Amino acid sequence: MRLIPTEEQRELAATVRSFVAGRVPMARVREIAGSDEPYDRTAWTRLSSELGLAGLAVPEEHGGSGAGFGEVAAVLEELGAALAPVPYLSVAVAASLLVSLDAKDLLPGVASGEVVAVVARSDGPLPAGRIADRGAWVLEGVVERVPDGPSAGLLLVVASTGEGRRGVFAVEAGAPGLAVMPLTWFDTTRPMARVELGGVPARLLGESDSGAAIDRAADVASVLLAAEQLGGLRRCLDVIVEYAKLRVQFGRFVGSFQAVKHKLADMHCVLEQAESVVRYAVWAADEAPDELPEAAAFAASYLGRAYFQVARDHLLLHGGIGFTWEHDAHLYYKRAKADEVMFGAPRVHRARLAEALGLT
Amino acid sequence: MTDLDEYRSRARAWLAERTADLPPDPGLAESRAFMAALYDAGYVGITWPAEYGGRGLSAVEERAFQQAAADVPLPVGVFGIGLGMCGPTLLSLGTEEQKRRYVRPLLRGEEIWCQMFSEPGAGSDVASLQTRAVRDGGDWVVDGQKVWTSVARQADLGLLIARTDPDVPKHQGITMFVVDMRDPGVDVRPLRDMTGESHFNEIFLTGVRVPAENVVGEVNGGWAAAVTTLLHERVSIGMGATRTERPASFAALRAAARERGLLGDPGVTDLLLDLYLRERAFDLLTARMSQEVRAGIQPGARGSVSKLLLADLTLASADLASEILGPECLAGDDPVARALAWAPGMALGGGTNEIMRNIIGDRVLGLPREPQVDRTLPFRALKVGTQVKEDGR
Repeated sequence: MRLIPTEEQRELAATVRSFVAGRVPMARVREIAGSDEPYDRTAWTRLSSELGLAGLAVPEEHGGSGAGFGEVAAVLEELGAALAPVPYLSVAVAASLLVSLDAKDLLPGVASGEVVAVVARSDGPLPAGRIADRGAWVLEGVVERVPDGPSAGLLLVVASTGEGRRGVFAVEAGAPGLAVMPLTWFDTTRPMARVELGGVPARLLGESDSGAAIDRAADVASVLLAAEQLGGLRRCLDVIVEYAKLRVQFGRFVGSFQAVKHKLADMHCVLEQAESVVRYAVWAADEAPDELPEAAAFAASYLGRAYFQVARDHLLLHGGIGFTWEHDAHLYYKRAKADEVMFGAPRVHRARLAEALGLT
Repeated sequence: MTDLDEYRSRARAWLAERTADLPPDPGLAESRAFMAALYDAGYVGITWPAEYGGRGLSAVEERAFQQAAADVPLPVGVFGIGLGMCGPTLLSLGTEEQKRRYVRPLLRGEEIWCQMFSEPGAGSDVASLQTRAVRDGGDWVVDGQKVWTSVARQADLGLLIARTDPDVPKHQGITMFVVDMRDPGVDVRPLRDMTGESHFNEIFLTGVRVPAENVVGEVNGGWAAAVTTLLHERVSIGMGATRTERPASFAALRAAARERGLLGDPGVTDLLLDLYLRERAFDLLTARMSQEVRAGIQPGARGSVSKLLLADLTLASADLASEILGPECLAGDDPVARALAWAPGMALGGGTNEIMRNIIGDRVLGLPREPQVDRTLPFRALKVGTQVKEDGR
């Protein structure tokens, strides 16, 4: 079990860090968040074409780099730290699902970054797939919330295929009967959409019974989100520690007060454990498929809470300035809360973990 | 098979053979004999310099031995303070003569070491210690009281810090000494702690004569020496933790809950999940930090993170055990009752949780220190220890 990044992963992280610092500073994050643009297309193009990162974990024969989730996680930590407005997480999850389904024709476009593919998986009732004329599939139903839905050029819709089976369907943006409606969402740095499928023609990828691949993609999504959350958590702590070294009240730097210092020490302890949890879960995603379901539920249960608590306390320790719109603290607070519930309420992940641990 | 695999399997074979005929509860004589044999076989002081009796090998061999010894209980606890704290301090600060005189017998278990830092009036603030050493000809004469000293009853030698100049600020007037624990002026009394047992001792020092060549480091430079020793302590307490020290572990409590038919209870499930999240995250941190050490990244002050988290986990898990098991766990000599009585010790020994948070804040995060009045005033002008209220109550 490897819990420390490789030299190559550290170098990759440094490359991405300098890329986001130069291309998507916080002013740009706010600009995208306040506009109708769902993501920063220029930054995405450079990230995927110049740095070649969109298909990082896609095998080389399908146009990717053949790296692992360890590398994808290294990228996500940096993007999460900067709240970078690009659909990297969603595309990485979609790519991993396409690899599982062996969707050879779709992979090159996704791996090159030209096609923004996004998984649309309902946490409520699934849309229904049925076979219409001449054996072609059509989808009916709604997916209430699809992260990065407004950015999607290709939706990978999880739908029921009858008798309790689930399949994955490719639906292109603009398909007849498809409505992708951007939602007003608490976290403005990651767009969210409601997807309505009114008899949309769709292409079945892989088998009509792809439950295992769908569950694995959900686990991968939890693990990769945890890596992104770790980056945000670390950034929150860095920012508030720096502020505590600069801000003076009562004639002292506020970081010298034990009430503040001890809280920051506790937040650092959370960071150290969160990093360990993420390294383990990412290792499991790459190397230990049997451990993945438990590791994913564990990472989701741990990181969701950890990131939100640290983001909340980093906001609070700023004092009044942290409650202003101009300050960035609320962007992290909102991102952390949205992340915590993005793939289901925390109780859902805890219930899955409890089941995996034999506690039910 | 690589050389390292061979080294490991040889160590494993040696340990299997030598531990087979050990009595179930080895006494001091058996411990010493075992340690001597372990040393002669080359498994003590693996990374220590060869010129002082170590083996001069790398951390790779040390780790291989640790792996071989991981599941073998070795009767070497009594040597832990010497190996973990006194020895490393002597190696980094001792004179050539001191290293030649003390290190080999320490490694071979011929001389047992203890450490005398804390005092009744100097707990978290060890630098405010009042035990004094006064120069008299070629000797120093030591008078005072120490507390929380492990293995003092068995120890032949001890590292002591004492005040050698009360007219300068407190950190600048302390000196470290090697003290002969058999000196008639050294009175060791067992200290009964809250578990009902005596794991520690109080030590009363009366007119103990210590030769000048027993000064470790510089005269009045003892604070830096003590910090060196204490850093070793924090790392060893935090990193040495294994599941076996936790009777209230997740696995044990899950089994206990299953036995009692409590696993369907949503309250119990929630408590166990919380414990799992903390325990697993802590274990993974421990594993990650040891991988970092192997990769050459020293934990330094981050050892305080492990120590603090382990202290919190120990308190929380014992507490939670009683919440799941109810009154039965307090009856008789239940392991949970023992864990509950032990848990505060983990949070206090080697620095309280509050001190750990200060260390993390100051040294890991680089936060500004608290203003301190006691850094500039001469020691003589300071209040020290617990003060009696002015109305005499």
